[in-house]
Amino acid sequence: MNFLALAAEILRKDLRIEARSREGLNTLLFFSALLVFLFRFALGPTEAQVRQGAPGLLWFAFILTGLWGMARAFQIERENDCLEALRLVPGDLGGVYLGKVVGGCCVMVATELAIVVMFGLFFHLDLWPAGGRLVPVLILGTVGFVAIGTLFAAITAHLKAREVLLPLLLLPLVIPVLLPASRLTELVLAGESLGAEPHWLRLLLVFDLVFLVLGYLTFPFVMED
Amino acid sequence: MVHSGTSVVGVSVRGLGKAFRGTWALRGVDLDLAPGETLVLFGPNGSGKTTLLKILATLVRPTRGSGVVSGADLVRARDQIRHRVEILSHGSALYEELSARENLSFAAAIRGDRPAEGAVAAALERVGLGEVADERVRTLSSGMKRRITLARLLLRRVDLWLLDEPYTNLDREATKVLEAALQEHQERGGMAVIATHNFLDGFKLATRLAILARGRLILDEPRGTMTLPVFQELYALRTEGGGR
Amino acid sequence: MDRLGVTLGLGAGALVVAGLWMGLVQAPPDAVQGEVQRIMYLHVPSILTAYLAFTVVLVSSIGYLVRGTRGWDRLAHASAEVGVVFTAITLFTGAIWGKPTWGVWWTWDARLTGTAVLFMVYLGYLMLRSVVEDQDRAGRYAAVVGILGFFDMIFTHMAVEWFRTLHQPSSLQRGTIDTALKLPLNVNLLAFVVLYAYFLARRLRLAALDEAVEARDLGE
Repeated sequence: MNFLALAAEILRKDLRIEARSREGLNTLLFFSALLVFLFRFALGPTEAQVRQGAPGLLWFAFILTGLWGMARAFQIERENDCLEALRLVPGDLGGVYLGKVVGGCCVMVATELAIVVMFGLFFHLDLWPAGGRLVPVLILGTVGFVAIGTLFAAITAHLKAREVLLPLLLLPLVIPVLLPASRLTELVLAGESLGAEPHWLRLLLVFDLVFLVLGYLTFPFVMED
Repeated sequence: MVHSGTSVVGVSVRGLGKAFRGTWALRGVDLDLAPGETLVLFGPNGSGKTTLLKILATLVRPTRGSGVVSGADLVRARDQIRHRVEILSHGSALYEELSARENLSFAAAIRGDRPAEGAVAAALERVGLGEVADERVRTLSSGMKRRITLARLLLRRVDLWLLDEPYTNLDREATKVLEAALQEHQERGGMAVIATHNFLDGFKLATRLAILARGRLILDEPRGTMTLPVFQELYALRTEGGGR
Repeated sequence: MDRLGVTLGLGAGALVVAGLWMGLVQAPPDAVQGEVQRIMYLHVPSILTAYLAFTVVLVSSIGYLVRGTRGWDRLAHASAEVGVVFTAITLFTGAIWGKPTWGVWWTWDARLTGTAVLFMVYLGYLMLRSVVEDQDRAGRYAAVVGILGFFDMIFTHMAVEWFRTLHQPSSLQRGTIDTALKLPLNVNLLAFVVLYAYFLARRLRLAALDEAVEARDLGE
């Protein structure tokens, strides 16, 4: 089967399931709100501290919710042994990977936007002016995270120790994506344009691309018996 | 043991073995299947029935041996086989948040099949689920879910059916649908390998009988004139002490 | 013990002794940093050897995914184990050097952090291997981590270059190193590489024996 058509089928299915299962997105949003609240208590009474650490805190929250989202995407596939049916797909299993990555990015970016809005609301940050430039940064950072995350979520889906192993494998590996993403977020929140430090942007783009290609190439091996 | 000659259209495997965690789940299995044949595979738990089905479905790579399904090599031409084989496993492979109709359409689509207009509805109708075709699977009983997997089996025309304990969770009515469908499948020249503990139902469907014990095929014969009591006695004798 | 193992073992032993003597006794102390600088003779060769080890992991991981033969997988596994050991030595010696030089055992210097990340990535690699029971599956999963891990190593290194860093520029890259220090450094590097080859050979032999025992239990 055509790999783009396969990816589209997987994506459509995943988004449909995501839209229908209340427990998923709602819990994710609630968890995000909780995180934003926790920041306030963890960082003490002054809002200035929170604002100063905003880029890092935001990405910390994104990662926590992202880890959860990644695990969930394959929880759905594991539930009734759906993975087995996916493994029997004739042709390029990279299509399954692409579909999962795009779906994962959609869910994660949606959650990230919710977190950003809550963050702005609770800590009186005027995020509107930065909004237009923030979204591309979020997307670029998320693509890299999900490109690796999808691969490892598929690997750990079969394992008993998956709750521990997924973050253990994923977190050290996403650091190169995280570094430029949070730096660019910092720039954008400070009112700079994306091109202010173009090397970070280039770096992030290269990381995204390389991890996507590697994920696409290795995913079929992960899906085998 | 009876072996028909290697045929391009049928199934033919030689010396099939699979090692799992330091033991052989399956070893030295030779098997031939001609068009229209239904092999029913009996054997104690852990005797390797599921592993054999999974190898034939290209889900598991054999550690040893080789095989051909419908002219396609079991290891090198997995994609070709996937177009010609359908497996009914323990897991339903259904998405709980999708409807029966959506599940079937998705299953067909990812295999690159576009079912004919109304084919999905007809398959669901046939297993008696026409009315709940658009309900989410989550809201259906486990018997109904099992029927959906049966409908999925009916949706595609393939050469080989691999059915792992197909009677689990199927009521009398659904079992009849399965039997009728298998009959049609056979008449079209389709083959089937069925793994089961259910002597009564399994025996009825078989054109060939086989016993797997401790990963070895210890019996493989045409049903011929054998009666169920005789076969059961044979089974008890051969698998005595957990199938040595 | 096989001949290759013995040769490598003796060679590594001799070279390490020679290297240490040259580095710790014969070479002059550093003009600025004094005696402390001598730890470089362990620190630099060990990280370079770790890089070598992880490059071998990359190559053999690709080899395993492409060819599917056990030998590639054993090589990847063995090299990752040895690489982790050398990374640990790097971190350890770095901390010992950091205390008198920077005043702290650990600092969030970018290159240091990068090495720690590397350590964690390959520790995760080994952990994943130990968790997956089926050998072929463990090999495939690990190969994926081995491939990604290598690119991660490069990327982390690159990202580090952009970050403001406390760490002195890589001594070898800048060519700022005096010839009196260079010879002992090179001898130590050679010693570590041979040591790596020795560990690798031992580990591979062990893995081959392990699998032979397993195959015997299977009744091959």
